[in-house]
Amino acid sequence: MENQSVSTDEIVREENLVYKKTSLMTSKALSYCPGCGHGVVHRIIAEVIDEMGIQADTIGVAPVGCSVLAYEFLDIDMQQAAHGRAPAVATGIKRCWPDKFVFTYQGDGDLAAIGTAETIHACNRGENITIIFINNGIYGMTGGQMAPTTLPGMRSSTTPYGRDIALMGNPLKITEVVATLPGTYFVARHSVHTPLNARKTKKAMRMAFENQKLKKGLSFIEIVSNCNSGWKMTPTQANKWMEDNMFPYYPMGDIKVNGEMVKKKEEPKA
Amino acid sequence: MAKIKGAIVIDREHCKGCELCVTACPTDVIRMEKTVNGKGYHFAYMENPDACTGCANCAVVCPDGVITVYRKKIEEL
Ligand SMILES: Cc1ncc(C[n+]2csc(CCOP(=O)(O)OP(=O)(O)O)c2C)c(N)n1
Ligand code: SF4
Ligand code: SF4
Ligand code: SF4
Ligand SMILES: [Mg+2]
Repeated sequence: MENQSVSTDEIVREENLVYKKTSLMTSKALSYCPGCGHGVVHRIIAEVIDEMGIQADTIGVAPVGCSVLAYEFLDIDMQQAAHGRAPAVATGIKRCWPDKFVFTYQGDGDLAAIGTAETIHACNRGENITIIFINNGIYGMTGGQMAPTTLPGMRSSTTPYGRDIALMGNPLKITEVVATLPGTYFVARHSVHTPLNARKTKKAMRMAFENQKLKKGLSFIEIVSNCNSGWKMTPTQANKWMEDNMFPYYPMGDIKVNGEMVKKKEEPKA
Repeated sequence: MAKIKGAIVIDREHCKGCELCVTACPTDVIRMEKTVNGKGYHFAYMENPDACTGCANCAVVCPDGVITVYRKKIEEL
């Protein structure tokens, strides 16, 4: 018969496989809300470690926050740190085992509020580790309180009328701050909410892990992510809101590559 | 002429019904089932299987990693 459609059964065969969840993700169901970006970032990390063949040589440090149980989901050696202390713990691990690949995984409350000192000093010392920073503009785990990264006017459970800059100060672009420190070698900001963005994140993640071999300093990747529960939106609405509101304030792309600041596009001359 | 055809398999019991795969699919293959899984979530399924190209966009954005993707070259006369 002409144009006869091929049945799904004929396509779904081992030899035709193009994508499946890496075995570096455990079989445990993720503890995250439906549509939460944490899951995508976990899988990207797992894929990079898998593709680099460094499962036995990688040690992750989990934070306090929604991703406190990251060690349940990534099938690698992990240590859970006290709130905000992941970069200090990772420093200790890396200095004991300089040839291991060591990374932290931290939310914005963990990394940019209680852990600011650890973040700044690990970056300034140029520890040869990778910091993965999930910025969802809120304390997701504890019920959506304002974080240092909460946008001006953004509602949270502790800013029900929106963040008032005069009263609560400005959102902290900590990624731009660490890029100015001599100890950082690679600093970039990405997202995982579309296939294209997720693929770009994976490329950056690969570079961040490869950089550890060079021993030239710290690689820092911010992922601007959603918290649909905290933002009180559906996952699809949250991703749209993130594009419209978070991205203008936290623009995507490389900030520092190979230890050099990436030049901004030329401002038109006056 | 050769044509590429794809198919996806969804781990229904681990799908959380977030619908991000529906948005990510360029060929409008995926819909949400009216019934729910053991956790009470409406799960994703292939409504238009013939349109699937096996591009894996849906699987790349699925937060729970429950989508497996297959692709086959079909020889047509
Ligand atoms: C020392 C200490 N202070 C406060 C808390 C309460 N607490 C738990 S998670 C959290 C913030 C989490 O926010 P974030 O790091 O942004 O992670 P998310 O859940 O948004 O991914 C806070 C303040 C704690 N567990 N320990
Ligand atoms: S509360 Fe927010 S950050 Fe935490 S799992 Fe839910 S959506 Fe993700
Ligand atoms: S593999 Fe591509 S075409 Fe097929 S369902 Fe997924 S996104 Fe759609
Ligand atoms: S993206 Fe994944 S979890 Fe979300 S509806 Fe699709 S298959 Fe289910
Ligand atoms: Mg947060």
